[in-house]
Amino acid sequence: MSVRMFVPGDAVAVACGADDVVAALRREAGAVGVALTIVRNGSRGMHWLEPLVEVETPGGRIGYGPVAAQDVAALAAAGLFQGGAHALRIGRPEAHPYLAAQQRMTFARCGIVDPASLADYIAHGGGAGLRAARAMAAAARLETVKQSGLRGRGGAGFPTGIKWETVAATAAARKFVVCNADEGDSGTFADRMIMEGDPFLLIEGMVICGLTVGAGHGYVYVRSEYPHAIRAMAVAIDAARAAGWLGPDFDLEIRVGAGAYVCGEETALLESIEGKRGQVRAKPPLPAHKGLFGMPTVINNVLSLCAVPHIFADGPGVYAGVGVDRSRGTMPVQLAGNVRFPGLFETPFGMTLGALVNGIGGGTASGRPVRAVQVGGPLGAYFPPQMFDTPFDYEAFAAAGGLIGHGGITVFDDSVDMAKMARFAFEFCAVESCGKCTPCRIGAVRGMETIDRIIAGDRPAAQLALIADLAETMKFGSLCALGGFTPYPVMSAIRHFPEDFGAPCADVEAAAQGHGI
Amino acid sequence: MAYNREIDLGTPAVAGDAAPVELTIDGQAVRVPAGTSVMRAAAMLGTTIPRLCATDTLDAFGSCRLCLVEIDGRAGTPASCTTPVAAGMVVKTQTGRLQTLRRGVMELYISDHPLDCLTCPANGDCELQDMAGAVGLRDVRYGDAGANHLNLAKDESNPYFTFDTSKCIACSRCVRACDEVQGTFALTIEGRGFGSRVAASQGEAFFDSECVSCGACVAACPTATLIEKKVIEVGTPDRSVVTTCAYCGVGCTFRAEMRGEALVRMVPHKAGKANHGHSCVKGRFAWGYANHRERILSPMIRASITEPWREVSWDVAIAYTASEFRRIQQAHGKDAVGGITSSRCTNEETFLVQKLVRAAFGNNNVDTCARVCHSPTGYGLKTTFGTSAGTQDFDSVEHSDVVIIIGANPTDGHPVFASRLKQRLRGKPGVAGARLIVIDPRRTDIVRSPHIEADHHLALRPGTNVAVLTAMAHVIVTEALADEAFIRERCDWSEYVDWAAFIAEARHSPEATEALTGVPAAEVRGAARLYAGGGNGAIYYGLGVTEHSQGSTTVMAIANLAMVTGNIGREGVGVNPLRGQNNVQGACDMGSFPHELSGYRHVSDDGARAIFSTLWGIEIDAEPGLRIPNMLDAAVDGSFRGLYIQGEDILQSDPDTRHVSAGLAAMECVVVQDLFLNETANYAHVFLPGSTFLEKNGTFTNAERRIQRVRKVMTPRNGMEDWEITQALSNAIGYPMHYAHPSEIMDEIAAVTPTFAGVSYDLLDRIGSVQWPCNEQAPEGTPVMHLDGFVRGRGKFVRTEYVATEERTGPRFPLLLTTGRILSQYNVGAQTRRTENSRWHAEDVLEIHPHDAEQRGIVAGDWVRIASRAGETSLRADVTDRVAPGVVYTTFHHPTTQANVVTTENSDWATNCPEYKVTAVQVGRSNGPSEWQLEYEARTQLARRIETAEPAE
Repeated sequence: MSVRMFVPGDAVAVACGADDVVAALRREAGAVGVALTIVRNGSRGMHWLEPLVEVETPGGRIGYGPVAAQDVAALAAAGLFQGGAHALRIGRPEAHPYLAAQQRMTFARCGIVDPASLADYIAHGGGAGLRAARAMAAAARLETVKQSGLRGRGGAGFPTGIKWETVAATAAARKFVVCNADEGDSGTFADRMIMEGDPFLLIEGMVICGLTVGAGHGYVYVRSEYPHAIRAMAVAIDAARAAGWLGPDFDLEIRVGAGAYVCGEETALLESIEGKRGQVRAKPPLPAHKGLFGMPTVINNVLSLCAVPHIFADGPGVYAGVGVDRSRGTMPVQLAGNVRFPGLFETPFGMTLGALVNGIGGGTASGRPVRAVQVGGPLGAYFPPQMFDTPFDYEAFAAAGGLIGHGGITVFDDSVDMAKMARFAFEFCAVESCGKCTPCRIGAVRGMETIDRIIAGDRPAAQLALIADLAETMKFGSLCALGGFTPYPVMSAIRHFPEDFGAPCADVEAAAQGHGI
Repeated sequence: MAYNREIDLGTPAVAGDAAPVELTIDGQAVRVPAGTSVMRAAAMLGTTIPRLCATDTLDAFGSCRLCLVEIDGRAGTPASCTTPVAAGMVVKTQTGRLQTLRRGVMELYISDHPLDCLTCPANGDCELQDMAGAVGLRDVRYGDAGANHLNLAKDESNPYFTFDTSKCIACSRCVRACDEVQGTFALTIEGRGFGSRVAASQGEAFFDSECVSCGACVAACPTATLIEKKVIEVGTPDRSVVTTCAYCGVGCTFRAEMRGEALVRMVPHKAGKANHGHSCVKGRFAWGYANHRERILSPMIRASITEPWREVSWDVAIAYTASEFRRIQQAHGKDAVGGITSSRCTNEETFLVQKLVRAAFGNNNVDTCARVCHSPTGYGLKTTFGTSAGTQDFDSVEHSDVVIIIGANPTDGHPVFASRLKQRLRGKPGVAGARLIVIDPRRTDIVRSPHIEADHHLALRPGTNVAVLTAMAHVIVTEALADEAFIRERCDWSEYVDWAAFIAEARHSPEATEALTGVPAAEVRGAARLYAGGGNGAIYYGLGVTEHSQGSTTVMAIANLAMVTGNIGREGVGVNPLRGQNNVQGACDMGSFPHELSGYRHVSDDGARAIFSTLWGIEIDAEPGLRIPNMLDAAVDGSFRGLYIQGEDILQSDPDTRHVSAGLAAMECVVVQDLFLNETANYAHVFLPGSTFLEKNGTFTNAERRIQRVRKVMTPRNGMEDWEITQALSNAIGYPMHYAHPSEIMDEIAAVTPTFAGVSYDLLDRIGSVQWPCNEQAPEGTPVMHLDGFVRGRGKFVRTEYVATEERTGPRFPLLLTTGRILSQYNVGAQTRRTENSRWHAEDVLEIHPHDAEQRGIVAGDWVRIASRAGETSLRADVTDRVAPGVVYTTFHHPTTQANVVTTENSDWATNCPEYKVTAVQVGRSNGPSEWQLEYEARTQLARRIETAEPAE
């Protein structure tokens, strides 16, 4: 008897013991005479179920999770290889409420296909976007991206079509496409998941981009902390080259970062690719005019580029048809931190924060009440439950004094000390600052020291006024978003959780109000 | 002139002609070229937007965040340094919000800065201090318990400046200056975030790092972090005078910043058209020789060179000299005396010396040190193009696509031009750099340096320049790469046809000459194709071209290459000798040669002579006088007995030292006018103390024919400017001169020299500098020559038959010695050796390839003996593959090395320029200095004795 199984090669699954599970499965299969084929697929995005093992049956794929190596013998005994019943059996994964509730466009294939197989990718509908794009005139390609309403998923939300149009319209001897895969925000993992689970999607998106803007070369800049993603991308790029997707007209290479968060900032990333110190460039010139090696460059986040094949395959109307207001399409939201059901949840813009945290995420993992969630990574604002009615959408979050960033949501229960979180924000900025601009280089350290004085009870009201001034200086004075956004977590913590800052609430309110964050 | 900081518009001017854009800044309308920054536009209105990281010598960086402005219709507070102007833009540079932000930034700066302004060396000259005032900082609320860099150690390793990292504000101006301006990339920001610190190389002390001490970082630093030691010692300057550097032929303009009569520092002047605000370690820092204890300040005489010197008054010295020259001429004829002009002195001084010779001595026995450097340039370019000078200005290199460097080491010899060249070679983001071909036996730094790599390095055997250049021409002609249209329009076609037939002969092909030159044929072909087909091709060359037995032929071969490819007569192309001395161009222009009057008119030219005769009231001999080697020969013969040498050390700098010393020793009156008792003074009977360039008025003419003012910043310590000494001597001899100021001498030069007709001090004061020809046709000078046609009419192609030098290797002398220079020292080192520059290069060393070293059992640091058929000397060895096997190399900066004891009497067939660059030698281990060196040292001690006067009781 021969059996085909799926055990994610995704870093989360591996961290949870997936490789041991594979070994155990092979042992068991051998013992019972089953000819076992194991596909190392991507993750379905239900992290509490990892490693989520799937077996192919006539009735579809049946999932079991979380599976530990020591569970395998019992599972085998329970008929795992035929999809038999067991306490860990979750049935057909796509029927699981967590997945069923999603509208997956970008992640449609993630967890399903073999990430190393271009044939499998095509068999699951991959490549349709590129075919469609090739059939179009150049102007129509740009129009398609613009009509989709796609905005930069890295956090800034800049309209992707406009960016591409700018690069396409800038005359130059060479142009580049750069994919920002330096996913450094704590609590985010969508880029990693898609590169590990469906790398051809990113390649297809970049090829379409190159075709659209007239670029001949692309770089995928991946952080060194993502060895599995780097490997998966390398395998896929080789396969794509062998199949003629990549070649003299447009080729791709991977550049591995050296561990600096700030290299996720687009201009520092370009400096890094050029072999220089990872330091932010002043804009203008925009990368679209003078980017990599001084040439017009599209620099997009992984998720932006991965949205592109679907837009071309199904038409921009389908993508633009979901979402709210100016936030069109879907967002792969990442739930992390102290949350019961952590994972990736792709949904059209517009769900409320509360529905995501409590409904989808199931509240905290500790079972204690949720006190705060931080949205958009370490530089995002903290939201109290009173603001859980905020819809997940660029403008609504901006209006609420926050940002959706890369779509990461980190949940904290009521044991969190928000003064320490404010300090952490400054500390993070201090550690990760490139050191170029003054507000970030010195301001982060002074902010940390000032919060320390607040925590120590040293004239907290005066210190809070100083923090408010510093936040203003950093927000409007910093060269890039690292220093510029650090005030979001700091001031939102002060505004929404004044009781943690040891000063009379009125003083804290005054400090926070004057600031406007 | 009171002291003012140079105006700084914050960001550089936009290159090229951009269309004007009109915008409004603080209610005032301003029109500036598109691409100009808001900061610069505001500065042009007189509005100084607060800033610390911006300066108009560096690209905008946008890091300090003080220069934020508000722009109507734009979100946020963009930095004015990085924001280009746009039509109709409405900018506010000062609002309540901006004030708050700037104060916030300043408060952060000062929270990590020592509060020792009153005792800080930059007090009063500190941009941080200025900005604290400008933004109204009144309080620093962060306390003093936080993290800081206040107690970090100072790096005082560099002899000229200190690096006090505790005062550093991490603006990166120094790093950017090192990268963008100097191109050495020695500095970096180490660490990140709050830990970001400026570091030299890999966190080394400045002295031990790759830093070349050009001073660009010091000039760029807005605080006391990088500051001249002299400012620490003396204090800030209170006035400044714009003048011209007296080192190399680049001719950098400096501001001599003074306190009283004390020179505090030399700061490169941004308005200088040769250097645009850049400098090198010599001009910027190595001026301390003016006060060196060995400088002679009193005239001295002696009856014989075995006697000690006796200090006398100026009157006695001048009267004695005049009487000696009169006596010699009466006894041995008017041709028994002569003079040597100096490429180190001003045009006016040089003109006066040749006037003294021609008018007061009554002969043409005048020569100059250009004899031993660029005389073949004069001959070769005059023959082919019709004028004895480089064709371009330095700015021309901005427009070059392919650059050939032949026999020049610009990073060491002409560092400020080299920085300019390197900028072009590196290119800019989005603008490809120029391609580079280096033709040099040695791997000079320009062949491979940060972000620069030559496409072709033709490492030829010394002495085979003509063969290599002829082979390049062969490729161009036989591969049909010649620019026929240009040749037909500009050159003599029949001469071209003749030349092309000669060049096309198979014996000139790269394959045929490969065995001779040692350069692979494919490299020669590649270089020729690149130069002929790569766009604007420019050739820069140095003494590695001229100081050969075929020096003049090589110059003509270069001219042929430029003409055959049409690379002449516009920006970005041309043939450019890199002149060694500050005023070697000027010395040649001024009629310093025995056969030429000023402006390169032959003495046999009756019309030219008549101009002088009329003005000077004397007759000029129509026959050329003696060249330096002929003077020495004649001295040995007894027919030449008196020599007036202004500012030149022929004993050290001329070849075959033994021959020079024999000639000098045979004379009855050798007059040396110099700052120091140089080597030649060992044979002198009269020593007239000279003045430094800081102590006199005049002009220098640099390698781009640019005439620039030298301005007196202090009283001559020796009592007289050099031209005054010559004038006194002339008067004493009986030919009256009555100039009250060098400007009057320049007026006379203009009156008698057609190419200088429009030059005057008024003009120079008005437009800063001017490139000759400057006359009615070109009232403000001529940046690029031969624009519409060659000066001589039609460009002349000259056959360049390669004739091997007689200096050949053989069993006795199997290696070829070639010589050159190093960055920190200047020529014979008379000045630089008397400064801290010697810390970088305390002695000359012999570079030898590891293969040759091993054969001889030589390891690095060994004393080695180097012998030629002319003589031998000893020095230490440096084993390096910069030189090819079979080639050894040394510098000639130190008199104790006596490199010219080894060089031979061979010289250029046309001009007698010595063949310094090729000497067959043998090298072997030795125990130390040679006998000659030891003897010489003893003789020098004896010759330099100065009698101490008996105390008057």
